[in-house]
Amino acid sequence: MTEIQAGTEGAAGAAATAPAPDSPPVPAIELAGVVKEYLAHGEVVQAVKGITMTISEGEFFSLLGPSGCGKTTTMRMIAGFEDPSRGTVRLHGQDVTDVPPNKRDVNMVFQSYALFPHMNVWENVAFGLRRKKVAAAEIKRRVGEMLEIVDLTGREKRRPREMSGGQQQRVALARALVNNPRALLLDEPLGALDLKLRQAMQIELKRIQREVGITFVYVTHDQSEALTMSDRIAVMNDGLVEQLAAPREIYERPATAFVAGFIGTSNLLGGTVDRVASGCAVLRAGDEGRILVAGDAHRAGDDVTVTVRPEKITISAEEPGGEVSAVRGTVSEVVYLGLYNSYAVRLADGAEITVFQQNALDSTSTAERGEAVWLSWQPRHSYAIGS
Amino acid sequence: MKRLTPYLLILPGGMWLLIFLVVPMVFMASVSTQEGDIVNGFVQTFNVSVYGEALAQYRTQFLRSVGYGLVATVVSVAMAYPMAYWIAFRGGARKSTYLLLVLLPFFVSFVLRTISWKFLLADDGLLLSPLKSTGLLPDDFHILQTTTAVIGGLVYNYLPFMILPIYVALERVDPRVIEAAQDLYASKREAFAKIVLPLSLPGVFAGVLMTFVPMTADYVNAGILGGPANTMIGNIIQIEYLTNQDYPVASALSFTLMAAMLIGIFAYARALGTENVLEAAAR
Repeated sequence: MTEIQAGTEGAAGAAATAPAPDSPPVPAIELAGVVKEYLAHGEVVQAVKGITMTISEGEFFSLLGPSGCGKTTTMRMIAGFEDPSRGTVRLHGQDVTDVPPNKRDVNMVFQSYALFPHMNVWENVAFGLRRKKVAAAEIKRRVGEMLEIVDLTGREKRRPREMSGGQQQRVALARALVNNPRALLLDEPLGALDLKLRQAMQIELKRIQREVGITFVYVTHDQSEALTMSDRIAVMNDGLVEQLAAPREIYERPATAFVAGFIGTSNLLGGTVDRVASGCAVLRAGDEGRILVAGDAHRAGDDVTVTVRPEKITISAEEPGGEVSAVRGTVSEVVYLGLYNSYAVRLADGAEITVFQQNALDSTSTAERGEAVWLSWQPRHSYAIGS
Repeated sequence: MKRLTPYLLILPGGMWLLIFLVVPMVFMASVSTQEGDIVNGFVQTFNVSVYGEALAQYRTQFLRSVGYGLVATVVSVAMAYPMAYWIAFRGGARKSTYLLLVLLPFFVSFVLRTISWKFLLADDGLLLSPLKSTGLLPDDFHILQTTTAVIGGLVYNYLPFMILPIYVALERVDPRVIEAAQDLYASKREAFAKIVLPLSLPGVFAGVLMTFVPMTADYVNAGILGGPANTMIGNIIQIEYLTNQDYPVASALSFTLMAAMLIGIFAYARALGTENVLEAAAR
């Protein structure tokens, strides 16, 4: 599978239909107090428990969460396939809560592509334009341009079943994008592809989004995918948004324990604030250890939970000096992962801390299994979270 | 051994067809060109004129059978499609119950069911006598011995064979494909016409094959529910074999019917083959 080659004509065509620059900035998508309930075995189940958020024009926005968190239901309410039980959905300022999907100016890329099996590639891509009664000559031009963008020129006559997963994926993308929708909704579109192709497609999707300049709403359970591509991410759990922020913010400063655990590998440590000194709260950790948390949000006696990313931690044999967090433990596992080593270090209280150490030229910072070590990190890398 | 396995797998069915289909057919072909009678025996004379004579004699019944078969097939499609659609898309958790209901008549013998219809629909039967005694229907009104009764019986008896293949085809339509059509600006009606209907046509095609052929060759419904004016070619073949014992004529008629059906079906498949239909629907 080759990467998609860019064709700039299509992007220019799409940009031409974007709203006039002097119109006031209206958010592309707004959800206000949206709740989705349904009846299962006589009981009311809340798939979405109340979501209010705003997605800006041209944004690459991800809904990230484990399966069953309500992210797909949320997207389906934006597309119009599900009616919210309560709340309002607005597209470009217009209340579309009761508008059927065929009357909404958004298009969707389905999880399993949902290509029309009895139509060839060209007919699949032309479907939406034909329904909109676009003139035949223009359909021909736009479908041709779009197939060029997704690198499927010459495969117009193929049936979906005669194509690879990656090609089907691109047909699905072209079929939605050719309509110049105001927003594109993507429901785990790369889930069925193998890792290499998925990574290539992530970059491609991001490029296409930049070129056509429309809002992308991307549903995924893959945190690295969301971090790679998104301008902003809404991390969802159990029908609610746990945190809505830029990828870096979500990774570095998770708002809840769920977000910390779901995004990347993260260590959770807890302790009671011993004293507050020079802009740092100092937590006692075991007999010899200390955890420093930057900021002045905590008072002595507070119970605080902090997260630390594995790559922020340094392993050393000697007790580190200076204003750093330092805890003592025993290496229980070392896994060589090429680019870095992953250490599991068990603390005296039984907690296990994961540490990533990059494999440098000199191997002074390596530790053996069973070795007693000190773990240390900067105060700003201890991030206190709400429980 | 590995190379033989596929052949071994088709052996039982193949033998069955060879013994109980091919052999009788060869035998029947041979009988159709013999001359004689049941008392003195039949002698092979390669007399093919019997085909022309039999066909000329029973042309009306032949055409009537094809006509009944066509009408009953069209009525069956019209009744089966909405039922299959409803079960496939609205059946929910009870789909298998509804399918069982469709198949329930099969638990009673075909002939027995048709005979009970005869009782129900008789001129002074359970249905008509109360309606007549209350004056809702004229005294000379009758259902039995009419074309309607025979076609009704055909539709009733073969309807499940139309419902099942259509249901299977509809069941295989991915609901997300329908959603995709609606997402791409198709109204519910357009989504049905452009997506659901074309994708279910192979089922309709199979259903038509499975019902048109046995309905056209049927003789039970015409025999039980119909009158002298409704005689179908199946009844004629039965009479020639069992009553007149004119084996050559009966064989010739059977062969002609079979040949006509085969030609008709090949023409139908060529004209409406699934691929062609799908091509047309994709536009």
